[in-house]
Amino acid sequence: MSLQSTMGDYQTKQTLETFGFLPPLSQQEIYDQIAYIIAQGWTPAIEHVHPSKTMDDYWTMWKLPFFGEQELGNVAAELEACHRSYPDHHVRLTGYDNYTQSQGSAFVVFQGRG
Amino acid sequence: MSKKYDAGVKEYRDMYWTPDYVPLDTDLLACFKVTGQPGVPREEVAAAVAAESSTGTWSTVWSELLTDLEYYKGRAYRIEDVPGDNESFYAFVAYPIDLFEEGSVVNVLTSLVGNVFGFKALKHLRLEDIRFPIAYIKTCGGPPSGIQVERDKLNKYGRPLLGATIKPKLGLSAKNYGRAVYECLRGGLDLTKDDENVNSQPFMRWRDRFEFVGEAIQKAQQETGERKGHYLNVTASTPEEMYKRAEFAKEVGSPIIMHDFLTGGFTANTGLANWCRENGMLLHIHRAMHAVIDRHPKHGIHFRVLAKCLRLSGGDHLHTGTVVGKLEGDRASTLGFVDQLRESFVPEDRSRGVFFDQDWGSMPGVLAVASGGIHVWHMPALVTIFGDDSCLQFGGGTQGHPWGNAAGAAANRVAVEASVKARNEGREIEKEARDILGEAAQHSPELAIAMETWKEIKFEFETVDKLDA
Repeated sequence: MSLQSTMGDYQTKQTLETFGFLPPLSQQEIYDQIAYIIAQGWTPAIEHVHPSKTMDDYWTMWKLPFFGEQELGNVAAELEACHRSYPDHHVRLTGYDNYTQSQGSAFVVFQGRG
Repeated sequence: MSKKYDAGVKEYRDMYWTPDYVPLDTDLLACFKVTGQPGVPREEVAAAVAAESSTGTWSTVWSELLTDLEYYKGRAYRIEDVPGDNESFYAFVAYPIDLFEEGSVVNVLTSLVGNVFGFKALKHLRLEDIRFPIAYIKTCGGPPSGIQVERDKLNKYGRPLLGATIKPKLGLSAKNYGRAVYECLRGGLDLTKDDENVNSQPFMRWRDRFEFVGEAIQKAQQETGERKGHYLNVTASTPEEMYKRAEFAKEVGSPIIMHDFLTGGFTANTGLANWCRENGMLLHIHRAMHAVIDRHPKHGIHFRVLAKCLRLSGGDHLHTGTVVGKLEGDRASTLGFVDQLRESFVPEDRSRGVFFDQDWGSMPGVLAVASGGIHVWHMPALVTIFGDDSCLQFGGGTQGHPWGNAAGAAANRVAVEASVKARNEGREIEKEARDILGEAAQHSPELAIAMETWKEIKFEFETVDKLDA
């Protein structure tokens, strides 16, 4: 078989930064990442945006960051609630790290239908 | 009563060996590994190092009595054995802060690693570590942006950044070079890099390169929806030329430029870092020539010192070696200076070659760059060793992919994300590397091909410069 016939054609993808190259996370995998954020002492937070504006620095916050939240289920429920309210928006989970004043984690949980 | 002038040659230890001295918080402290000529007492050699790197000269001079050398002199205050080495010893020297111009690592190095290194009473001399007092650190500009600002500007969180040096490193035309950049970026890398040898040669003049690379960055950003950059190397023969290139890099829309801090020199580097801070540009620092200075275990300057000096001079990224790839680097020692780049306080830890507590105060951190001979199989180890605040650069490991740069980039991106995800899930990713990459490759043919391509490559040689133990 010739090299050309076995060679793949890589098609450019619209991706959404961290974990954008992995398949959509399962419920359990999302739980694991929330647990990681909480275990690091970071504050989980949710934000969402219309797919036409993903490059903006600021997505819209869903409520306030969940300061002091220790229950995975509560964070997962808020993600669901945000997704239900904005089904056509991307919904992102972030972990605010107040020591570095950065986000220790940030990835899209639900992709909007646009 | 003032002192009398007593001309002639005195023993250094009379004035510069002060074992009872308690260093001040404002003193700059240095640890040298000293190998004296046979027969010269350790105290005398240590005192000579302190003298020759501060106020001393070989003969007493009358004008010494016009000042208070007790205030200005460096002091050898401690001697320690080097574990497993009878020939050498560690000498600790304290320097008063007023010996050094504020904000000038140039001035510090001119004293500490100046004439003293050619001193005849020494067989070898190596500067192992410097403790910069916080008072001095506060006079230095440091990284133009730092890790936190870079993450915000580039929108990269919770994982190492991914890069690649464009290959072949010499000989491409500007347009073909831009093509290689575009392919890497569209495939999923965050950043690409000029090779350090690329300045402005006849085959590709800098302005042409900057224009084509600028288009490559913009196009990749639009098509992927992610932020991208390319380190445009502005290292040049004169500062004027360097600034001209930096201005144009900003004009074409690159968020980051690049400099070689040792061949370019600390003066150029500090000036460029200041320019970057004023112009909102990130600064990637390459370290060509470092191995000339830092590789010999008994002579020269340890890289941890050069890394500290770079953080003070200014840079947002610094190459640190990979530990696992084709270039020299001991794991514990590498982690020791990676801490110096990124942390706000690093405690003394001899097991990592850290000789002093080092307080960095509020100085921004520098991203550790691992580059050279690494590929997807190394990814879990690299994520473990370097953590998220790093930039992992796969040159051959991206562009050597059988399907080309974009597929190679995607393979690396899948591998790093799978590694980070698994780490966050609490898995031991170095031990489980095969499983983690194997699982990820099931939904990424690009990764599967990359794993097949590089499965046999190993770089197992003994490290030449090991920690003393």
